Amino acid sequence: MTAPAKFIGRSVPRLEDRPLLMGRGRFAADISFPSQLHMRVVRSGHAHGNILSIDTTAARALPGVHAVWTADDVADIPPIDFRLTRVEGLQPYRQRVLASGRVRYVGDPVAAIFAEDAYAAEDAADHVAVAVETLPAILRADDEPQEFLPGHSTEPAEVRKGYGDVDAAFRAAHSVVALELIIGRHSGVPMETRGAIARYDAGRDMLEMYGAAKVPHWNRDQIARLLGRAPSSVNLFECHVGGGFGVRGELYPEDVLVCAAALRFQRPVKWIEDRRENLIAANHSRQQIHRVRAAIDAEGRILAIDDEFFHDQGGYVRTHGATVPDLTAAMLPGPYRVPAYRARGHIRLTNKTPGGTYRAPGRFESTFVRERLLDAVAAKVGIDVVEVRRRNLITKSEMPFTRGLDTLGTDIVYDSGDYARLLDKALAAIGWDATQKKLHARRAAGEKVGIGLAMFVEKSGLGPFDGVHVKVEPSGTIELVTGAASVGQGVETVMAQICADTLGVHYTNVRVIHGQTDRIEKGFGAFASRVTVMTGEATRLAAVSLRAKALAAAAELMQTPVDALDIVDGEVVRTGGKAGPSMSLADLARTLTNSGGLAAEGRFEFNHMVYPYGVHVAVTRVDGDTGGVVVERFLVAYDIGRAVNPMLVEGQIAGGVVQGIGGTLYEEFLYDENGEPLCVSFADYLMPTAHETPRIEIILTEDAPSPLNPLGLKGAGEGGANAVGAAIAAAIDDALGQPGAVTQLPVSPQRLKAMLKSSS
Amino acid sequence: MTEKTGITLTINGRDHAIRVEPRRTLADAIREDCGQTGTHIGCEHGICGACTVIVDGEPVRSCLMFAVQAAGKIIRTVEGLADGDRLHPMQEAFMQHHGLQCGFCTPGFLMLAVGVLEREPNISDDDLLDVLSSNLCRCTGYQNIVKAVRAAAAEMRGK
Repeated sequence: MTAPAKFIGRSVPRLEDRPLLMGRGRFAADISFPSQLHMRVVRSGHAHGNILSIDTTAARALPGVHAVWTADDVADIPPIDFRLTRVEGLQPYRQRVLASGRVRYVGDPVAAIFAEDAYAAEDAADHVAVAVETLPAILRADDEPQEFLPGHSTEPAEVRKGYGDVDAAFRAAHSVVALELIIGRHSGVPMETRGAIARYDAGRDMLEMYGAAKVPHWNRDQIARLLGRAPSSVNLFECHVGGGFGVRGELYPEDVLVCAAALRFQRPVKWIEDRRENLIAANHSRQQIHRVRAAIDAEGRILAIDDEFFHDQGGYVRTHGATVPDLTAAMLPGPYRVPAYRARGHIRLTNKTPGGTYRAPGRFESTFVRERLLDAVAAKVGIDVVEVRRRNLITKSEMPFTRGLDTLGTDIVYDSGDYARLLDKALAAIGWDATQKKLHARRAAGEKVGIGLAMFVEKSGLGPFDGVHVKVEPSGTIELVTGAASVGQGVETVMAQICADTLGVHYTNVRVIHGQTDRIEKGFGAFASRVTVMTGEATRLAAVSLRAKALAAAAELMQTPVDALDIVDGEVVRTGGKAGPSMSLADLARTLTNSGGLAAEGRFEFNHMVYPYGVHVAVTRVDGDTGGVVVERFLVAYDIGRAVNPMLVEGQIAGGVVQGIGGTLYEEFLYDENGEPLCVSFADYLMPTAHETPRIEIILTEDAPSPLNPLGLKGAGEGGANAVGAAIAAAIDDALGQPGAVTQLPVSPQRLKAMLKSSS
Repeated sequence: MTEKTGITLTINGRDHAIRVEPRRTLADAIREDCGQTGTHIGCEHGICGACTVIVDGEPVRSCLMFAVQAAGKIIRTVEGLADGDRLHPMQEAFMQHHGLQCGFCTPGFLMLAVGVLEREPNISDDDLLDVLSSNLCRCTGYQNIVKAVRAAAAEMRGK
């Protein structure tokens, strides 16, 4: 008996926009406290080596320098633990807040300066002399395992997943297709660098940190544990967050350092990362080498896939544990039937920046691998790239489809989907046959133009639960408190839309509070495209409960049966627009002030994930002289289950596509043979600008609402990035007339020219 | 280097008498010394453009200018765009076209676009795209930013 949808499904403007447009946002760097100290981290200039000594005398002598810490000063702080995907064997590779004994990548924190002014802190950092006995840098993840640390190998663990009799399938195969594929090292690179400001209130014995993001509650609990405090004596506060993409908001050494320093110095401590630090110290991602084989029958049907891959983890295993290789192995089979499957992922430590997740972690990579494989199968048996997919797609009648794999502590069961139908829609939207004809004519006239497509299954809505508190304030404003977080994606607007429709108010009347650990006891934050699904359903449940309470109370006060009442625009009225007395929710809340007010809670528990899916199609033009690639068209067809705010979903997809284009054509963290990072500014880590961005055509469908939540929601965050590498690779192959030419991302001009050379 | 000089920065029509080191960037002075934190610092290398402000009518990267160089000049920042609570057409267009997500790069894009359109109201679409390619955004994929700026350009011309 909820009101009809007025806001869900509508592209209403965002609640977040006004302060951000007016320069009134509060990002981490905008937070300051009186008498704060500024922290500057001294970072290793060596990729690998033993620390012989750290001389801080000169730094300490500079004016304005309050203290300089090295590992000895924080020896009591344990290493930072795993938040996700804890795998046996990874523990010895965790990172301490300052390096002790050994440095493992250029950027490894070795000392921390605390000074009265940020400029003074940076000056002092230049005066810290770190003597290092250098060791050879380990830079390849697919070398033979060797010693990484005394007594510990470069390979701490393997991820193994699979089902079915893979060896028998290969024995029975008509033929086998084998590829070696490489994905480069990229990262999310939010426009806001990291930042953390801690202060200690001795009067309340309360430690506070501002600048939290993504997972404030988990980080609160960890900071408390690492510093030996009760979690109830630590609070984290999320301000505005300038982009997340998996990277921002994980617990990093610097977060712990500012908290420890605020406690020890009894003064606020502020740290704002600079861009060079951000590019060498915040998590990297993606870098993998795959050796994949498919067993196929004579018609190009896949009988089995066998993949061995090497995951370049960098110098430490951080909070994500084995998440990225785990997701890689789990999501590789994608939308295809694949009767037998085996994946073996080697987690390998190298002397590079540590790795974590980046938007569509393990999927950007595995989709590239799987879709390259499908294209190779098509070439092998001489069928069209569309036909090979049709022959292998899981059909609608097979839903829900149990994959026989698990990831992130859940069994993978595709909840709903009609993959073939979405493929048809994508082909119709791009005009597949007509476009092919046009491209054929252009190729005949000498241009290098081509089209490619890729399909994928996404995952979203990770549990285990989410809780939401809603209450009607005496002013009539609805306050909604969630343990989710916002990294700029529009959480406030989407939750307000769901709450507003369910309760019967206007969405602009809902004030959404997120990322504040003092306002709600538990929270799981914003990652894994979970918020709209998990927090959305918890919001709906809370609003359902609040509505029932409001109607029950009003029924008594208005001497009217509950079922004769409705809530419209914040007023309790007679159903069906019948005349009669009415009462505002604000009045009702004021009336109930002494009996607990008008408030309710919603809690959504969920042990599965929900699986949106999509098709990407790219049209590219290759410049044979420069090796440059222009993406002329890019189309995404994506089934979202149900779009709460289509404008925001399309925004998520467009943003993801452009990040995907970056990782496919431009972005790569490169190192020299000594492990020196070569991409330390935006002049050498090349993110796409408006110029490199095609108009992105988006087909948003709702053919397969999730049966696992009443609104049918699935997540929107990662489907834009997922298959960009795969689709553009296929389009470049087509442009060059060389099936299977692209085996490595990004397709830099140098790599492309090498391909052209090898064919001539 | 660390000795401070007294200067006056005129930001959005208000004078701020501050004392800064000669090496202090205009971006830091606007934010830290004048308290106008709407101008954001994204790279300090002059590449991302998040710190773009308008100085004497020209969009400039305030991370590449020293505060002392801006003394006596007319500085406009994002805080000065709206007329009270009434948004500038550029701000309104960004909202209508979903031209922002996290909002971190937004002040830089707004000042870049306003600065260019005030100087060159009839700028061609291609030239506008060139200009907008000088700033970085990591959330939107740019197309809504381009849409918003084109819409605002039409609106500003119509005034």
